[in-house]
Amino acid sequence: MTAIRRILIANRGEIATRIIRTCRELGIETVLAASEADRDSVPARLADRTVCIGPARSAQSYLNIPAIVHAATSVAAQAIHPGYGFLSERSAFARACEEHGLVFIGPTPEQIEAVGDKLRARAEAEASNVPVVPGGAVGSAEEAAALGRQIGAPLLVKAVGGGGGRGMKRVDRLEDLPHALELASSEAGAAFGDARVYLERFVARGRHVEVQVLGDGAGRVIHLGERDCSVQRRYQKLIEETPAPGLPRRLRRDLLEAGVRFAERLAYRGAGTVEFLLDLERNAFFFLEMNARIQVEHPVTEAVTGVDLVAEQIAIASGAGLRLTQSDVRPRGCALECRVNAEDPSRGFQPSPGLVTEVAWPTGAGIRVDTHIERGSRIAPFYDSLMAKVIAHAPDRVSAVARLRAAITAAHVEGVATNLPFHAAVLDDAEFQAGGVDTGFVARFVERHRAG
Amino acid sequence: MTLTAKDVAEITRLLEESSFDELYLELDGLKLSLRRGGAAPNPSPTEAPVASLPSESRASVPGPAGAPARAAAPDRATAPSRAPPTDPAIQDVPAPLLGTFYRAPKPGAPPFIEVGARVEEETIIGIIEVMKLMNTVRAGIRGRVTEILARDGALVEYGETLVRIGKTG
Repeated sequence: MTAIRRILIANRGEIATRIIRTCRELGIETVLAASEADRDSVPARLADRTVCIGPARSAQSYLNIPAIVHAATSVAAQAIHPGYGFLSERSAFARACEEHGLVFIGPTPEQIEAVGDKLRARAEAEASNVPVVPGGAVGSAEEAAALGRQIGAPLLVKAVGGGGGRGMKRVDRLEDLPHALELASSEAGAAFGDARVYLERFVARGRHVEVQVLGDGAGRVIHLGERDCSVQRRYQKLIEETPAPGLPRRLRRDLLEAGVRFAERLAYRGAGTVEFLLDLERNAFFFLEMNARIQVEHPVTEAVTGVDLVAEQIAIASGAGLRLTQSDVRPRGCALECRVNAEDPSRGFQPSPGLVTEVAWPTGAGIRVDTHIERGSRIAPFYDSLMAKVIAHAPDRVSAVARLRAAITAAHVEGVATNLPFHAAVLDDAEFQAGGVDTGFVARFVERHRAG
Repeated sequence: MTLTAKDVAEITRLLEESSFDELYLELDGLKLSLRRGGAAPNPSPTEAPVASLPSESRASVPGPAGAPARAAAPDRATAPSRAPPTDPAIQDVPAPLLGTFYRAPKPGAPPFIEVGARVEEETIIGIIEVMKLMNTVRAGIRGRVTEILARDGALVEYGETLVRIGKTG
C-alpha cells in the first residue's frame, strides 16, 4: 500500500477539474501541472498548487515527460494522474513514473503496450476467445491481396499504431487495395513511427458499444456496464449513453463478459474500456480496441452505478485493490452525455477558439456538468475544443432524454460558437429518440438538415 | 471606408482579448498595424518569451516526439504577470524550462553570478537540471545583475523570473 496524499495532475481542462473534485473529497492534495496558457484556468485555481511546466504547445508542456516527472518529484507528490489523451497511454511515461518512485494512476507500461499495438491487442482478443473483425496483419502486397479476397470489399486498412479513427483507409474495390496499402503504410510511418498496417472487414452498419472495466492488477476484473457511443462524427464521439438502447439481453451479457475476459487475460490494472463494434446486419459484436485510461464519457457510468471511477482508480493505484464485487454494481436508470464543444456546426464543425464572454451551465435534478469553462475563460487554439460535458440521469431513457434536452436549452454560451444547437436538434430527432442508431447516424443527420 | 477613433479602440480591444500578438488590417486606402505591447515583430512571435536565450538551453531538453507542432503559438499572450520591474531598463530573465535551479556549476563552487556582476549575452547565470540533464542558462542581455530571485536548489517553473538585469549600453 502506498499512502497517496498528494497527486500531480498531468492534464488540463474539464478532466483536471473532475480529478481535483474527487481528490478534495478524499482529502488528497492536488498539484496541477499546467502549461503557460492554462496558468489562470479554472483547474489551476481549484488545485492546491499549480506548477507551470512549459509553454502552451503540448509538445513542450503536457507531453513533456522530463518536466512533468521532475515537477512531481520536486513537489513530493506520491502519484500522477494522467487523465485522458496527452501522456495517459504512453508507456514511456508510465515507466518514467515507476523509475522515479511515483505511482502512475493507470495500467502498467506493459499493459499500455499490449493494447497500444492494435495487432497485439487483436491477438490478445483472439486468445481470450473474444471475437475480432475478420482481418489480420499483412506483410506484403501478395498477402494483402489474398487476405483481401478472403474478407471481401469493402475493407479497412488500419495502422497498427493508430486508434480512435486515426490511421484508417477505406477500400471499396479490391483493385485499389495495393495503392491504399502503400499510402496507409507510409502515412502510418510518418504519423505513428510504425509503418505496419493490417486489414479489417468494413462493417457498413455498426454501433459503437464499449464495456467499462476495473481491474485490480492481479487478475480480478469487474465490469460497470456498457456505453453506447454511436453518435459520432468522423470517429469523434458527441453523445454517449448507458445502457445501450435495445440490446438483446443475451448479446449484452456476452458483450460484457467478453470485455471482462479480455481485461482478465492482461491482469489489467485500473480503469479501462474495451470497445466493440456491434454489427447490426449480423447481430454480432467484434473487439475494436482497448482504451487504457479514464474515458471522457465515464460520467454516464458513474451516474447509473453511483461509483466514482476516479476514486476507484486512485484506490487501485494505492494498492487497495478492487473495493467492489460484480454484484455490488447495480446500474439504475439511464444516463446520457452531450459533449459541448467550441465548434461551429454551421461551418462544418470548425473549431471556434476565443474568449467566453458569457456562460451559464444548467443545473437541476439528475443533471451533472463537468466543465472548466466560466465567464472570461479562453478557449485556446492549442488544445481540443471540449468545453463541458452535460450529463442527465433519469429512471428511463425517455425521461433522461427529456432532461438532457431541457439542460441543453438552459445552457448558454457567448463569445464562441458551440455545438449546443446540434445537440438540441439530435435530441429532438425521431431516429435518435427511438434509440440504437448506428455510427452513420450523424453523417446522415447533417446531410438531411443541410438539404432541409 | 474610413475608421473612426472608436473603431480603432474597438479593434484594439479585440486584439487585447485575442490570443494574437499582431494584427494587420488593410482597407481601401488604409493600413492599420497593431502590435501587442513589446511583442517582437514577426516572423517569430512563438520565440518571443525565450528569444533572448541561447538555443542550447532549449534544444537540450529532450522533448517527446509525436505531437503535432502547432504553428505560431502565441505564448506571449498568456505570459505570467509577475510584477515586472517598473524601470524599463531592468529586464527579467525567465526560466526557459521547468527544473531545479543551481547558481553554481557544482556544490561548494562559487556562484556563476552575484548581484552587481556585469554580464554579457553569453554569460552563464545558472543551471537548470531536469531529470539529471543540465541546461545552462545565459543572461541573454548585457548589463548588471540587480536582483537574483531564484533560490539555489529550488524548483523553478517555466517562465519564472530567475534574475533581473539592468541594461547597459
